[in-house]
Amino acid sequence: MIPAPFDYLAPTSVEEALAALAEHGDDAKVLAGGQSLLPVLRMRLNAPEVVIDLGRIESLRGVRDEGDVVVVGAMTPHSVVASDPLVAEHAGLVSRAVEHLADAQIRHRGTFGGALAHADPAGDLGAPALALGAQFVIAGQGGSTRTVEADDFFVDLFETAIGEDELLTEVRLPKHTGWGAHYEKFVRVAHQWPIVAVAAAVKAEGGTITEARVGLTNMGSTPLRARAVEEALRGQPATEEAVREAASRAAEGCTPPSDLNGDADYRRHLATVLTRRAVLAAAGA
Amino acid sequence: MTRISLTVDGSKVADDVEPRMLLVQYLRERLGKTGTVVGCDTSNCGACTVHLDGTSVKSCNVLAVQADGAEVTTIEGLATGEDLHPVQEAFRECHGLQCGFCTPGMIMQSVALLEENPQPSEEEIRLGLEGNLCRCTGYHNIVKAVQQAAGQGAAS
Repeated sequence: MIPAPFDYLAPTSVEEALAALAEHGDDAKVLAGGQSLLPVLRMRLNAPEVVIDLGRIESLRGVRDEGDVVVVGAMTPHSVVASDPLVAEHAGLVSRAVEHLADAQIRHRGTFGGALAHADPAGDLGAPALALGAQFVIAGQGGSTRTVEADDFFVDLFETAIGEDELLTEVRLPKHTGWGAHYEKFVRVAHQWPIVAVAAAVKAEGGTITEARVGLTNMGSTPLRARAVEEALRGQPATEEAVREAASRAAEGCTPPSDLNGDADYRRHLATVLTRRAVLAAAGA
Repeated sequence: MTRISLTVDGSKVADDVEPRMLLVQYLRERLGKTGTVVGCDTSNCGACTVHLDGTSVKSCNVLAVQADGAEVTTIEGLATGEDLHPVQEAFRECHGLQCGFCTPGMIMQSVALLEENPQPSEEEIRLGLEGNLCRCTGYHNIVKAVQQAAGQGAAS
């Protein structure tokens, strides 16, 4: 299938893109890497009148160091993020999640900001972004810019804090230098969306976990923080027994979906198992 | 209609296209490059893989207008005259195909994989080809072909 007809705009600056959004409003859809949007358009699940392609805006690409944060441009392809040394050193959890996101071809084309703005609860980037306390920089009309904390960014299924006439321009990842990180994804077959996945970043000193950040993928309508687990891990030894005990609280407060890949109870169970594996791997235990 | 100009398999081309035209449609229907095939049409199977500015992409999941100004290489641009590309040669040697439908995409992704990682382990090959499906399930010889192309000759 091919998409329904649309007009195509390819602005070369954020200002131009925002002006196009202001002009076309509801009728427009923003195209980043297109790896989720194009299938949606081709299946005719959406038929915007105007497609605004951000692919020609160079300023939205790249990774840079800014003091205590690593800044990732919204249009930076996954493959670039996956091999970026700054991200690897200071936000290893993102590296771990992005390196096995979808497949190689999609990682070449799909973008960091596009995937986060799409906000698929089964997407691989929400949980690590949430766990690391990412900040989302959103450009609005009239040259305004606002920064939204990860806790407020994911609103609901495929819904974020980005307004209809706004654009996500960059994601700021607070440095977690020296933290161990692991992304544990459970799939039945290659190239599948995670049935459940767990993102864990752990700071350990002398075999004791001093701090932990745990994010859950596909355990609700948005990515979630497993705060009960984080709390329970603090001050615990990085041992199988202690981590198992803490991880047993992973699904607290979650209302995961039920589908052909597993019902909600199965997902709750998976979350505890994957959390134990992710935390132990992150702690190097 | 939107005017695009790009380089495909070393030749400069320019056309007016509908913005909704997919890159794979453009390659096949406008340029007659039917070596690139459409398999699943849902961006899963990878049969339509081509190189866009040096990296592998699924051409059913890229608009032709997004390729404006870019350099595209298809399976038809891989050989040099009568000389097959080493990866093509390896697929032939190792019988890395059964029905052959996934082969153009498998070869294009294998070339990209070896450019990024010239000495992949077997696991890295299998992960690198994760986005390419062979419905004959002929993966074993495909992996051997990639190993052979990487100079890991005695793959048995």
